[in-house]
Amino acid sequence: MGSVRLFIDFGSTFTKVVAIDLDKVKIISRAQVTSTVEEDITIGLKEALEKIDAEVNINHSPKREALACSSAAGGLRIVSTGFVPELTSEAATRAALGAGAKIVGRYSYELTNQEVAEIEEIAPDIILLSGGTDGGDKKVIIHNAHMLLHSDLAGTHIVVAGNKAAYDEIGKIAEASGKYFKFTNNVMPEIGVLDIEPCNKEIREIYINNIIEAKGIAKAKALVKDIIMPTPSAVLSAAKLLAEGFNGDEGLGELVIVDVGGATTDVHSVAKGNPASGAVILRGLPEPYVKRTVEGDLGVRYSLSTLLQYLKMREVPLSPNFERVVEGLSSTERVPETEEEYLAEKILASIAVEIATERHAGKIEPVYGPAGEMFVQYGKDLTRVNHVIGTGGPIVFSSNPRDILEHALFREESRHILRPKSPKFYVDEQYILYAAGLLAQTNPKSALAIMKKYLKQV
Amino acid sequence: MPKELTVVTGTVGQDSHVIGSKILSRVLKEEGFKVVELGSLTPPEEFIKVAQETAADAILISSLYGMAELDLAGFKDKCIESGLGDVLLYLGGNLAVGRHAIKEDEQKFKAMGFDRVYPPEVDLKVAIADLKNDLKAKGKT
Repeated sequence: MGSVRLFIDFGSTFTKVVAIDLDKVKIISRAQVTSTVEEDITIGLKEALEKIDAEVNINHSPKREALACSSAAGGLRIVSTGFVPELTSEAATRAALGAGAKIVGRYSYELTNQEVAEIEEIAPDIILLSGGTDGGDKKVIIHNAHMLLHSDLAGTHIVVAGNKAAYDEIGKIAEASGKYFKFTNNVMPEIGVLDIEPCNKEIREIYINNIIEAKGIAKAKALVKDIIMPTPSAVLSAAKLLAEGFNGDEGLGELVIVDVGGATTDVHSVAKGNPASGAVILRGLPEPYVKRTVEGDLGVRYSLSTLLQYLKMREVPLSPNFERVVEGLSSTERVPETEEEYLAEKILASIAVEIATERHAGKIEPVYGPAGEMFVQYGKDLTRVNHVIGTGGPIVFSSNPRDILEHALFREESRHILRPKSPKFYVDEQYILYAAGLLAQTNPKSALAIMKKYLKQV
Repeated sequence: MPKELTVVTGTVGQDSHVIGSKILSRVLKEEGFKVVELGSLTPPEEFIKVAQETAADAILISSLYGMAELDLAGFKDKCIESGLGDVLLYLGGNLAVGRHAIKEDEQKFKAMGFDRVYPPEVDLKVAIADLKNDLKAKGKT
């Protein structure tokens, strides 16, 4: 079985392993065990590998070849800082999200003592320090560097991605402080230009070289070859490959992935998002072609109060038992069992998909000029995206995932929100997106074939 | 010797009505300013880059075609981020489509971060006197 590879996802609740035969383009076994990252990550991993061994006979070499991604131990926790909220602060946040991070704080303008105390409390893995275009404002980023580097943040890495004209001075402060710091390109070198890839790369390197060590995830290296990225980063890379194809093997074209989880709902779009018509003017920061947004208030287990509010605001009919049922689900952190619970879960997932895609998609508004009505677009126009893929427990285990995913559609009553108009829907039934993202790093051809085979159209 | 004061002028966005801006530039030069003329059809970002490069003290934008609000959305923030938070922003022209009061324009654009807002028929001597006073107040003369 020389072509079998193992892929592992260390999650905060579960460790998942999937064994894929690359030659046959076939999933041959899978296992899911409770995560043991708090105690020793290898305990759960060994258990999962034994389960796989019991099902199929895998010799030892594919185990050592196994690749892993992780969102365990809080994931990759980043605080982003910048100057103007809509400009460098937003650019830094997008850079962090694009690297698969979880944004645990977001700050603009000069940091205050109070805010620095908050950041110390948050104790993020990385602080992203931006501010000023190249040759633009230096005061804010230097002030913030002072504030952070003199703070009590021993384990935190600081990535500087702002006005390069301030780097010499920040370098001096950093050297004196003895903290971990890295300098990379400005996330917004000039107004209207985003340059987030170098910053992404820096974050991923720090993640692989330092952060997984600090979180005890690197212990797994005794059993697997490498832990190469945060899980969301693996999903993003799978999304890009699936959209674009590889070397003559066609991809699907532009697509959207919605991932509904207990704590967040993530939306990934791989699409240029240009206006559908010439009479539309684009405004706002340029949009990344591969864009990820994370809605921390739309998880189906940890954000019940927000979801309930939306359900009421939008007058979704609910059974009198609804609140009791969802509270039961969330307090026990378990998967639904009864029909009533499945229905409740479906309603929660549907509203999460609806709001998360509304926030992710671009908006359009009319303006009136000498030539009559014109339109201004903010964000990405996804109306012509032809593929919407759902993943995450509430969608994957639903008896009717299409119903949930249809909440990602364009609607006549909210025409200004540029969501897909007539896409095909797919479900990531076998949870292979993360595995495909990992495999894509070395063998994109097989990764693409696996996705095409196992994403099920609904 | 007092520092030579630098200002940037031009019409913003898709506006090609450049006469007002040209006359303004000429009068500013006569008054001793160093004027960087960007002329017609200037993207907002270009005002910013040129102001950075020339260490300008003020940006004077003209717009006669009614689209100023759209063209200049977020302009002050972009200036701030670019280290131009202290640069004076002046705006003049037909600032919205249709009949409307200059008072409305003034309110709207001042809320957007502009220091002075003028109608198309303003006496340039008045505007330049304002500019000198404003620069003086910032300690720049």
